[in-house]
Amino acid sequence: MSILIDKNTKILVQGLTGNTGSFHTEQALAYHGTKMVGGIHPKKGGEKWDGSVPLPIFSTVAEGKEKTGANASVVYVPPAGAAAAIIEAIDAEIPLIVCITEGIPVSDMIKVKARLDRSTSRLIGPNCPGIVTPDQCKIGIMPGNIFRKGSVGVVSRSGTLTYEAVFQTTNAGLGQSTAVGIGGDPVKGTEFIDMLEMFLADDETKSIIMIGEIGGSAEEDAAQFLIDEAKRGRRKPMAGFIAGRTAPEGRTMGHAGAVISGGKGGAEDKIAAMEAAGIRVSPSPARLGTTLVEAIKG
Amino acid sequence: MNIHEYQGKQLLKGFGAPVADGVPVFKIEEAEAAAKALPGPLYVVKSQIHAGGRGKGKFKELSPDAKGGVRLAKSIEEVVAFSKEMLGNTLVTKQTGPAGKQVNRLYIEDGADIDRELYLSILVDRSVGRVAFVVSTEGGMDIEAVAHDTPEKIITVAIDPEKGVTAEDLKALNGALKLSGDAAKDGESLFPILYKAFVDKDMSLLEVNPLIVMKDGRLRVLDAKVSFDNNALFRHPDVLELRDTTEEDAKEIEASKYDLAYVALDGNIGCMVNGAGLAMATMDIIKLYGAEPANFLDVGGGASKEKVTAAFKIITADPAVKGILINIFGGIMKCDIIAEGVIAAVKEVGLKVPLVVRLEGTNAELGKKIINESGLNVVSADDLDDAAKKIVAAVKG
Repeated sequence: MSILIDKNTKILVQGLTGNTGSFHTEQALAYHGTKMVGGIHPKKGGEKWDGSVPLPIFSTVAEGKEKTGANASVVYVPPAGAAAAIIEAIDAEIPLIVCITEGIPVSDMIKVKARLDRSTSRLIGPNCPGIVTPDQCKIGIMPGNIFRKGSVGVVSRSGTLTYEAVFQTTNAGLGQSTAVGIGGDPVKGTEFIDMLEMFLADDETKSIIMIGEIGGSAEEDAAQFLIDEAKRGRRKPMAGFIAGRTAPEGRTMGHAGAVISGGKGGAEDKIAAMEAAGIRVSPSPARLGTTLVEAIKG
Repeated sequence: MNIHEYQGKQLLKGFGAPVADGVPVFKIEEAEAAAKALPGPLYVVKSQIHAGGRGKGKFKELSPDAKGGVRLAKSIEEVVAFSKEMLGNTLVTKQTGPAGKQVNRLYIEDGADIDRELYLSILVDRSVGRVAFVVSTEGGMDIEAVAHDTPEKIITVAIDPEKGVTAEDLKALNGALKLSGDAAKDGESLFPILYKAFVDKDMSLLEVNPLIVMKDGRLRVLDAKVSFDNNALFRHPDVLELRDTTEEDAKEIEASKYDLAYVALDGNIGCMVNGAGLAMATMDIIKLYGAEPANFLDVGGGASKEKVTAAFKIITADPAVKGILINIFGGIMKCDIIAEGVIAAVKEVGLKVPLVVRLEGTNAELGKKIINESGLNVVSADDLDDAAKKIVAAVKG
């Protein structure tokens, strides 16, 4: 078993006809035949996408879902229209929506979140690299060649640090059950806790890597969740990392969410909370794999 | 993006918020006319810089016992005298760092009879994914100290985006600030005005410290610190016009032209990385091996050759940089494009310091080949650990 996606996941692409959408749809098709079933474009409905596998284009997500049986969508729509695209997918009751787009206004995401809370859809992102279940399905922009089927659940707020964790667990011979980048924005669809719950419940996931960064309190919340779950007897070996130990206060570090303000959101507090929850926190981003191997040995 | 206090107040006034009359002053000759335009007899002369702690700040050029960056004046002559002391001089506050900031603008404002000073801010509460008011009766002071010493005195009211500020929210805010009579009525109109301004203009922070209750029982916005969500500036050309680039770091402005996320730091190893998390982690690993990063620089997901060249130029323009580490884990970003950009930049601006390059991910082998065959003095690294060790060793000599 894997989480969220597998070889049967059927995916619509919102923003298929743009450069980014086209490039990564080709990459996904090439990755063990990920089932990309169509694209959405309000003015190009009825046309075909001119890729290596011609895909139908639908005017709306609802139509695309009805005609293809899609159960997931990936959003590459530029920032100004991305929130509307997500809301369209929510309204069409797509179970899993993955938004790659970086730079969506926070106020738009607040509106999306309010809609999401009243729906049955799950949103991953925005501003995230997507999800991969090795050898089965790839949604988003992660490089497929670094994955290996295995037992580590990877969850990260940072895109490229997700790649590091994947690459290092592949090199350590562990491989991944599923890897998920939840994104670096302050308001997003899925938090660490949601992912940890799924990884704890998944039989195929034997250990977990969680990568956080400065800003907010999602890592502290996740640590408390793990402490509570451990009391119920649910726990798996975990390694972690927090990016931004050396970041100065009050300066936003690239991600809109990565800023230490009012003395809150600093790396040291997060590391302490994670260690208290039994996570082995690596001081170096180059030792994620080896640290997890140590955690598994106990 | 940040704006000045006077710009923030003008903006809020446009939404109907009660602010004092005031006049911005750019040249010393304008100070007298500015004061004359106000009713008097009390005036406040306020330094306009993008940093807090102005009142307690000190001017570098003045004696240590001289007054700070916000001064109460009791006559027009005093306004002019204070303006002369402040305009053009360097104000050092808790937030500016030791270098301070040059005061290029003043704001001359009508004085107010203050009864109570309150704290109010509006921001995005990410734990609930909503806009929230943060209020306290302890205004006019360092709110971080209040949060640390007496957290129970800070009250947060999150707003449902689909309902806006409700009667219940107003009651909670008035209660938290202990407002009654005219002040409570003012609150009922002010809080929705501030919320509307925040949402309509895509602010990321609106801080009013202090919000005052005057001796006549009315509310007034006495200070305004406004920041905007950079991701939403594309739909607010009016806000973009308020940008004051003299308040920003020259290298950061240059970087923003190329859509690069750059933050200047104090160390000597320049970094170019793709992805904010990996960029921070690269800074961290440099520090772990005993050196200090000179900057944070995220070239982003879909960098072009031009963007990489621009990034390289910005890094090498910093005289503090004694070595450069390029760390790319390509997903969207193709490593061969990075390699070509780096080589183009080295050929254009030269390379006077050691350069270590680590490429991984999409087209990594091709990228490494391009670097190795370029004939340039570039050190290839096998992984992040190796890269960090090599650049730290090279810089330490």
